[in-house]
Amino acid sequence: MSDERYEVRFSGSGGQGIITAAVILADAIGSFDNKFVCQTQSYGPEARGGKSKAEVVISQSPIDYPKALEVDLLLAMTQTACDAYFFDIKPEGLLIVDSGLVQQLPTSRAVSIPFTQIARDVIGRELVANMVALGAVGYLCGQVGLGSLEQALLARVPKGTEKMNSEALQAGIEEARKIDLDTLPRSVLSDWEDEL
Amino acid sequence: MVDSENVKRVLLQGNEAIVAGALAAGCRFFAGYPITPASEISELLSIKLPELGGTFIQMEDEIASIGAVIGASLAGTKSLTATSGPGFSLMQENLGYACVAEVPCVIVNVMRGGPSTGLPTSPSQGDVQMARWGTHGDHPIIVLAVSSVADCFSVTVKAFNLSEKYRVPVIILSDEVVAHTREAVALPGNDQIRVIDRVAPDVPPEWYKPYADNNRGVPDMANFGDGYRHHVTGLIHDDMGYPTQNPQEVEKFYKRIHSKISKGFQDIQVTKTFLMEDAEICVIAYGSVARSALKAVRTAREQGVKAGLVQLVTLFPFPRKSVDMYLRQCRVAIVPEMNMGQISREITRINQANCRIVKHNRIDGHLISPDEILKRIVKA
Repeated sequence: MSDERYEVRFSGSGGQGIITAAVILADAIGSFDNKFVCQTQSYGPEARGGKSKAEVVISQSPIDYPKALEVDLLLAMTQTACDAYFFDIKPEGLLIVDSGLVQQLPTSRAVSIPFTQIARDVIGRELVANMVALGAVGYLCGQVGLGSLEQALLARVPKGTEKMNSEALQAGIEEARKIDLDTLPRSVLSDWEDEL
Repeated sequence: MVDSENVKRVLLQGNEAIVAGALAAGCRFFAGYPITPASEISELLSIKLPELGGTFIQMEDEIASIGAVIGASLAGTKSLTATSGPGFSLMQENLGYACVAEVPCVIVNVMRGGPSTGLPTSPSQGDVQMARWGTHGDHPIIVLAVSSVADCFSVTVKAFNLSEKYRVPVIILSDEVVAHTREAVALPGNDQIRVIDRVAPDVPPEWYKPYADNNRGVPDMANFGDGYRHHVTGLIHDDMGYPTQNPQEVEKFYKRIHSKISKGFQDIQVTKTFLMEDAEICVIAYGSVARSALKAVRTAREQGVKAGLVQLVTLFPFPRKSVDMYLRQCRVAIVPEMNMGQISREITRINQANCRIVKHNRIDGHLISPDEILKRIVKA
């Protein structure tokens, strides 16, 4: 049953726009790509700082349990979030981290991209690091039309910031295109473990 | 793929779907005070209501909020307030007033961890018995629970309809998970839903008896300003609405306000079932936990265990008849709740079939997972 679910978890620190990124992905998949989608979140009582987590469950059929059970793709925008939310990723799941903020990788199936640095250097605002990351997540998960992602983004970001956010998204997609997932091990379980 | 060529689906939060449901049901007044995790309801209505010619007021607190809601409803406008545990505590006194004066209104309580300020951002189901018995005195009340975004819309419409039909406050219990989960849904158009309005008196004003019994047990309701002069009080009152201590009149009043609800059990008590046809083990759940339970039941079926789900939409009046039927059918009933066991009390109370009731309670501020329920099913 859980095979048909695809689960994405966005994690970081409060104020990094983690939930916004998850909402845009869910909107793109649910409203534009017309698949079933469930987006949930958890956060602390504080407005900034603290761990922040948002999840998107994607399926071709109606979704019962709304939260992630076994994560297919984890985005970690801080080391703390990476350490806290890595535990239930699938053996063949993918970890994507901000290389400037996460140095200790708990798995070899990981991709490091300098989201915050790209946001600063290419767009000129660190603020949009979440959209750079969303672009990479959208491209690497293979679950969403990149056009849908762009449309959902334009519908969801504040007026006047469309261009900046959209450029950040594209920068993230471009960066992700350079990555060859085939160079990563298929699973963190070794082949001999499969044979046992 | 979702088969919806002509219906546009939109990504909505549970709280946003409650707003959509309220507006579709004809709600045009909201008074409230913001509180996590219910604030999105106020926020969105503060934009939507003025556009529709309705009224939004942010009050000084929750006591005043429900006071304003009662006043607006007496004036003929369908009214809503939304809060969470701490605010719901404050509303209890006026909630009793709405019960005794038979004022239709809908109160949304998005449950979070309590008591007191508790766990503001975490889900809970700790207010179930409070929703039934929070205000003092023997009072009739209807309590409904929502479990998904689609539910939030349809149950809210139902809440307004029941409230208007039976002249009773209706509580919608949501929880932090339902409130903040976003799903893409196609909401039904206004022509696809049924909206019920209170019955207006058809006699001239001088003949109007505002609290006279009739075959429905629900007196016709004249709105303030319609020319029907009448008295509204929290005291037990006679047919004319004036305070009375006459034992016959007092007893008649209590019996009527309770029997108007029991006469409507068929209409009020809603349960949904999944995979129950041949089930030997049932999970009885409500709110967000019902979704975990559905997953657990489906997984159990894959493992060859005959499990099913009974989802309670109406919590009170407790849907005794249908639950009793499933208790007779099954050897074990598992009751998962994010509290110390508030609905399991009701189930134990009505269990005359020797069905084994297994409580599963989680109170750490997290949603019960399908695995926890599955373990209970497998062991049962």
